[in-house]
Amino acid sequence: MQVKINGKPEEIQSGTVLDLLNAKKIEPQMVAVEVNDKVLERDDLATTHLHEGDQVEFLFYMGGGR
Amino acid sequence: MELLIKMEFTEEQINRYSRHILLPEVGGKGQKKIAKSRILLVGAGGLGSPAALYLAAAGVGTIGLIDSDVVDLTNLQRQILHHTPDVGRPKVQSGKEKIQALNPDVSVSMYEERLTAGNALKIFGDYDVVIDGVDNFPAKFLINDACFFAEKPLIHGGILRFDGRVTTIIPKKSACYRCVFKAPPPPGLVASCQEAGVIGVLAGIIGTIQATEALKLILGVGRPLTDRLLDFDARKTQFREIKVRRNPNCALCGEHPTITELFDDGDPYAGCAVRP
Repeated sequence: MQVKINGKPEEIQSGTVLDLLNAKKIEPQMVAVEVNDKVLERDDLATTHLHEGDQVEFLFYMGGGR
Repeated sequence: MELLIKMEFTEEQINRYSRHILLPEVGGKGQKKIAKSRILLVGAGGLGSPAALYLAAAGVGTIGLIDSDVVDLTNLQRQILHHTPDVGRPKVQSGKEKIQALNPDVSVSMYEERLTAGNALKIFGDYDVVIDGVDNFPAKFLINDACFFAEKPLIHGGILRFDGRVTTIIPKKSACYRCVFKAPPPPGLVASCQEAGVIGVLAGIIGTIQATEALKLILGVGRPLTDRLLDFDARKTQFREIKVRRNPNCALCGEHPTITELFDDGDPYAGCAVRP
């Protein structure tokens, strides 16, 4: 199915947000995940199923400033 | 109107700020607001440098600088508030000199100390807007929390490698940093600033947007960058806006907050940069 990840359309296997993070080798602690403009709780990553057309944002920490 | 401007500004000031005063959105009245405003820069480094210089040029009444560091040679690639002869000098002092050389109308308050849960609220209380120019997550979370408790608008910024991010936070009205990022990342997973690197000009782009947001809030002009993360990719020269909203489960500003007072959230030396 097709979803948008950080603004880009991508074909992914159906599954949960955690499945997608694992497939992309992203450590869940390193990212805030938004699905359709709503931030997910970390506990909900494994139970939130993605659907065709969902907009997923992986928001990485950006800490520098100096 | 003309008379009002002449009563409140010297002829030299009217000349200095004429390109502002010409703007219908600013005028003499807006320039007066800028002259009365107090803006705090937490960090007189990469982001703080361009912000300090543009806010000084704009005629901000008081600029506060918090920084406990001295200027290091490796800073000069991006921290344009500091020049080569300043290496080894406290950043707040070097910063104050540059600000006042640019515009003697500006008064500068120096805080040569680290921001902590112990001093944050007292300092923040004296300012209208706070600009985040720090390089580590514990400090970014502390600034977010302190702005919430002090009810001060916060202009958040971050830069890393070729990426930058900026957002405006109006406590209790728009999404806060903790609404999106619950807590600092685990220190073991975080690369240090020195390891990560940053393209110097990025500090200018993001810091200047932060200064723009601060001035807009002071003037009450336009639409603030609230409930939106503005991410910039210097490789592509591309901005992207990510909508965020207040999180009812936010530990700080949500419906059942668990953070009820300021605390130092982790070791500030733990690291500054993350990207898998």
